[in-house]
Amino acid sequence: MTSSMNPAIVATDLRKSYGDKVVLDGIDLMITEGTIFALLGPNGAGKTTTVQILSTLIDADGGDARVFGHDLTREPDAVRALIGVTGQFSAVDSLLTGRENLTLMADLCHLERAAGRRRIADLLDQFDLTDAAGKPVSTYSGGMRRRLDLAMTLVGEPRVIFLDEPTTGLDPRSRRAMWHIIRALAAEGVTILLTTQYLEEADQLADRVAFLDHGRLIAEGTPRELKRLIPGGHVVLQFADQEGLDSAARTFEAATRDDAALTLQVPNDGGVGSLRSLLDQLDRASISVAGLSVHTPDLDDVFLTLTGQPDTRASRPDHERAPAR
Amino acid sequence: MSTLSLAVRDSSTMLRRNLLHMRRYPSMTFLLIGIPIIILLLFVYVFGGTLGAGLGPSGDRSQYANYVTPGILLITVVSAAQGTAISVAMDMTEGIIARFRTMSIFRPSVLTGHVLGSLVQTMLSLAAVTVVALLVGFRPTANPVEWLAAIGVLAMITFALTWLSVALGLVSDSVETASNLPMPLILLPFLGSGFVPTDSMPTAVRVFADYQPFTPVMETLRGLLLGTGIGANGIITVAWCAVITVGCFLWAKALYNRNRTA
Repeated sequence: MTSSMNPAIVATDLRKSYGDKVVLDGIDLMITEGTIFALLGPNGAGKTTTVQILSTLIDADGGDARVFGHDLTREPDAVRALIGVTGQFSAVDSLLTGRENLTLMADLCHLERAAGRRRIADLLDQFDLTDAAGKPVSTYSGGMRRRLDLAMTLVGEPRVIFLDEPTTGLDPRSRRAMWHIIRALAAEGVTILLTTQYLEEADQLADRVAFLDHGRLIAEGTPRELKRLIPGGHVVLQFADQEGLDSAARTFEAATRDDAALTLQVPNDGGVGSLRSLLDQLDRASISVAGLSVHTPDLDDVFLTLTGQPDTRASRPDHERAPAR
Repeated sequence: MSTLSLAVRDSSTMLRRNLLHMRRYPSMTFLLIGIPIIILLLFVYVFGGTLGAGLGPSGDRSQYANYVTPGILLITVVSAAQGTAISVAMDMTEGIIARFRTMSIFRPSVLTGHVLGSLVQTMLSLAAVTVVALLVGFRPTANPVEWLAAIGVLAMITFALTWLSVALGLVSDSVETASNLPMPLILLPFLGSGFVPTDSMPTAVRVFADYQPFTPVMETLRGLLLGTGIGANGIITVAWCAVITVGCFLWAKALYNRNRTA
């Protein structure tokens, strides 16, 4: 971090327990203004709790946190004036119409009547909700509810937005639409903290990613930095019998073999040239291969490697073992 | 913006929200008006002849209609309070409450919105029930000032019981609980001077009936509307309403401010 970057959110040693269950076990965060920060982790890792604490919904048991320099516990209202939250469960009033929901927000943000109306019209347009504005939210689809939810968060033009699993349960098209909106917000200089279980989402959106597991941050960095933490790309060769595996293992010395699955994992960047030379080598040694899959590293690998969770997918038998190179 | 003007502005925004809810879903309102009207009809047309005879030598069904109406009005208030507890509990399960908590607004405005909305709803219910009571033989003797005073008394007890039901709605962990918790309140007009004079009751019941908060309210209403003696009941009514309002407001506020893990 250079000093010219303005920190929007700084948290030190956040702790939270419910009874005996430790949910957050000392979290440090530092999020730069205008960036997208993704908090990634499985269910129960503490993502939602982190968002609830940082958005002043609940108090931490220990540690402290500031949003643009305002302490969460001492100046909660100053923090609330700067933030917007879109939760995992949609925070809309389903008895009201879309427009009434937005009007409610405009009134609570104390916008002038005319300014509020303009803002609402803009948001309805931006989020493709103009046609549905007069219908009760209870008739909306999941994607529409989520868009309205985010539109409501934006009425007060917050400088920091918390998005708790913004695309969970959305179909692929609505998910892409939501990603587009999130990128546009960041481009306007809004700081975004988003939580997700989808590694692809973090990879697509985030400037920085932190992995949360059992209430601890186990890694943090740019997606590129994190991918460097694990073995590079590789090709997995599947063999029909032990003999084939043995001869291939002699041919590719840097490879890692899995005798039980009859597979060999060969380091390879997955490019056409290097694939061709790999196939040529197999040809020359007259080794018959039953199957082949190309694997380029993604955040999935990082996460599974770091958490040591057993991977059940047949094409990736190697995550619990030592890196291939 | 000063705290007071913030409180007024945000509370009126929340009141608008609650009024919209009621306008869009009027079935709850009709249900809540239905209960007191059914009890009124039952007591006037089924029990009224016999109970009226118990009021005194000249007692009859029409006299009983006069006697029972103040109790029915309180049943109306209690019935509406039950609706408030349910709608508060339902509201707390909505994600939008979490949103309100993270906004820079007058924090109790969610609750004041419910209370003011219920106050409007209850006063409308009371007007409807009063019309039915007039149709079945209620003959008040009140002058305009006494009418205003009676409306004031009803507003006070409604305000107090609405804060109680908001707290009950908040303390409930489910909508079912919120629906059941205010149930005992509906018995209080019966265990007081609402349906029969307390001096006809056995001693233990009579002592409870004489000292519970609903009896002075009903006696004050009876005095204002029908010209019977009020005595100290007016002051006792004001005191009870003030105590219940303040106590339940503080209770509800504390419940709303506690950390919720949902």
